[in-house]
Amino acid sequence: MNELIASVFETPVINYRQLSPILIILGAAVISVLVEAFVPRANRRVVQLVLVFLALITAIIWAVTGAGQQAITGEGAIAVDGPGTFLQITILIVSVFVAMLMAENRLDPAGDAFTARANSLPGSEDEREYTNRGWTTTELWPLFLFSVGGMLLFVVANDLLILFVALEVMSLPLYLMAAIARRRRLLSQEAAMKYFLLGAFGSAFFLYGSAMAYGFAGSIRLGDIANAISALPGPNGLIIAAVALLSVGMFFKIAAVPFHMWAPDVYVGAPSPVTAFMASCVKIAGVGVLLRVMYVAFSGLAWDWRPLFWIVSIVTMLVATILALTQTDIKRMLAYSSISHAGFLLIAVIALNPQGIASTLIYLVVYATATVGAFGIVTLVRGPSGEATHLSQWAGLGKRSPLVAGGFAILLLSFAGIPLTAGFIGKFTVFGAGIAGGATPVVIVGAVASMIAAFFYVRVIVLMFFTDPAEDGPTVVTPSPFTGIAISVSVILTVIFGIFPQPLIELAEKASIFIR
Amino acid sequence: MGAEYIPVLLLGALAFAFAVFSVTLATLTGPKRYNRAKRDAYECGIDPTPQPMGGGHFSIKYYLTAMLFIIFDIEIVFLYPWAVSFGLMGVFALVEVILFIVTVFCVYLFVWRRGGLEWD
Repeated sequence: MNELIASVFETPVINYRQLSPILIILGAAVISVLVEAFVPRANRRVVQLVLVFLALITAIIWAVTGAGQQAITGEGAIAVDGPGTFLQITILIVSVFVAMLMAENRLDPAGDAFTARANSLPGSEDEREYTNRGWTTTELWPLFLFSVGGMLLFVVANDLLILFVALEVMSLPLYLMAAIARRRRLLSQEAAMKYFLLGAFGSAFFLYGSAMAYGFAGSIRLGDIANAISALPGPNGLIIAAVALLSVGMFFKIAAVPFHMWAPDVYVGAPSPVTAFMASCVKIAGVGVLLRVMYVAFSGLAWDWRPLFWIVSIVTMLVATILALTQTDIKRMLAYSSISHAGFLLIAVIALNPQGIASTLIYLVVYATATVGAFGIVTLVRGPSGEATHLSQWAGLGKRSPLVAGGFAILLLSFAGIPLTAGFIGKFTVFGAGIAGGATPVVIVGAVASMIAAFFYVRVIVLMFFTDPAEDGPTVVTPSPFTGIAISVSVILTVIFGIFPQPLIELAEKASIFIR
Repeated sequence: MGAEYIPVLLLGALAFAFAVFSVTLATLTGPKRYNRAKRDAYECGIDPTPQPMGGGHFSIKYYLTAMLFIIFDIEIVFLYPWAVSFGLMGVFALVEVILFIVTVFCVYLFVWRRGGLEWD
């Protein structure tokens, strides 16, 4: 009847068992949209919370019980392998704790961290009225689930098109989530706008790179691109351009210097629980994908992209560390710290060996654990107009609430990579992989950068414990069990991973082989 | 390597030349009877850049409606090829399309319940 349609249609094989965590989360997201539509406003929060935690925990159970069964499915578009499953489970577990921070509603007298009505003019009568009615933005929860679903797909995507779709499913909800802070509305809206524009800019790079890679290899599958590269007789401009553009797109997402400009402003403006989500889960997903694309598709071109990655890694570590030294705002300082961690993670990408994969997995786990706790503690320290984020306001915190300040000190030491905290294990394994992969100069710069970084982390600790609190300083508000549990688990895990790292290391090493 | 891209370049050059040619030709040969409507960017519809300060904002409703239109438009874009080749793809495609329609329907329910379809 029509020559354009193939006469035989082969039903694609889809391993639903391997995809179940993604399907559970995205299915729950759709149900969550229906909850927004049909459940009365007064009950929405409770129903959404039950749905979100149920979905996350079910997905974790399915992902954990299904771990170890590797599969390339969806006609080669998705590769559920060791690193993919490991990252999925990490993202899901971290998301549980991020969701706990988001669910917190006892810190602010007006309710949770999210605005009553996002479309009201900031500071208007209208906004006050809805705040008094006790409204909050429950649309956060479907957005959150969609974003988590996108991340789960992102880390197992095995072709450039699925990668791009997953990237957008992950990012688009985040732009909105950044815009709905209850306090400092204008700053929050500005953050969302910047994040959207820069995020779209980064996505465009990624898409352009995908087009180039397709033009070169005639396929968007990562494995096919690798085969086309290994069959290459000599240098080829098209594939070099593709690698460069794809890398830039992913550098934007993980906020590596010089593509980090958006991160401090967005991290400061977004509601702190959302910042915790961006700094932990987005970083996990972004670095996971960078690792997969570079290892699976472009390892044959290592001589071409490694110098670029060397430079980006060194510049990221140094610039972020030096800028962090000059910050006076705690959220901004944590933002620069998060940027510098992207630099350390790049060392493992450069390494291009199985240790590189395992050490990235370890580093991401310990980094995300500490990040969630750190931003959780930022939400606790409050003045009359919301979170007190200026460093001077944190002076003497250790004398007023030693427990919170002590927990924060442990997390900061972990960021700095001091022994007996989880951060040390992360840095140690990444540096080891880097040296094994022949990137010793980068590792040396990394060691120097972490020594400089230790200075500004320790400065905050000194400020908290060895200075006198200001008279009208902020108070540490007692949170509900949600935030309490999230922060405690984060601090305890940071110590446990630091003292008994062996199970984590073994698990990561077992998971460190990509399939294609 | 590279020779197979020459047709693309040629097409680009042709498109560019055609654009320049037709705009130039129209300016040279067309009748010149200017009036107010003729000088507008669009000859019908709402003025894209209204004049007075404060009086010229577009209501956000226009954009909402436009976005809704796109959602359902995209749904149709996917349904047509499926409908044409339905006989070939069988139950698998039927289930997939039903899932797709259900998902879009959830969006519709959300929009309807939250007042997105009411103009005032």
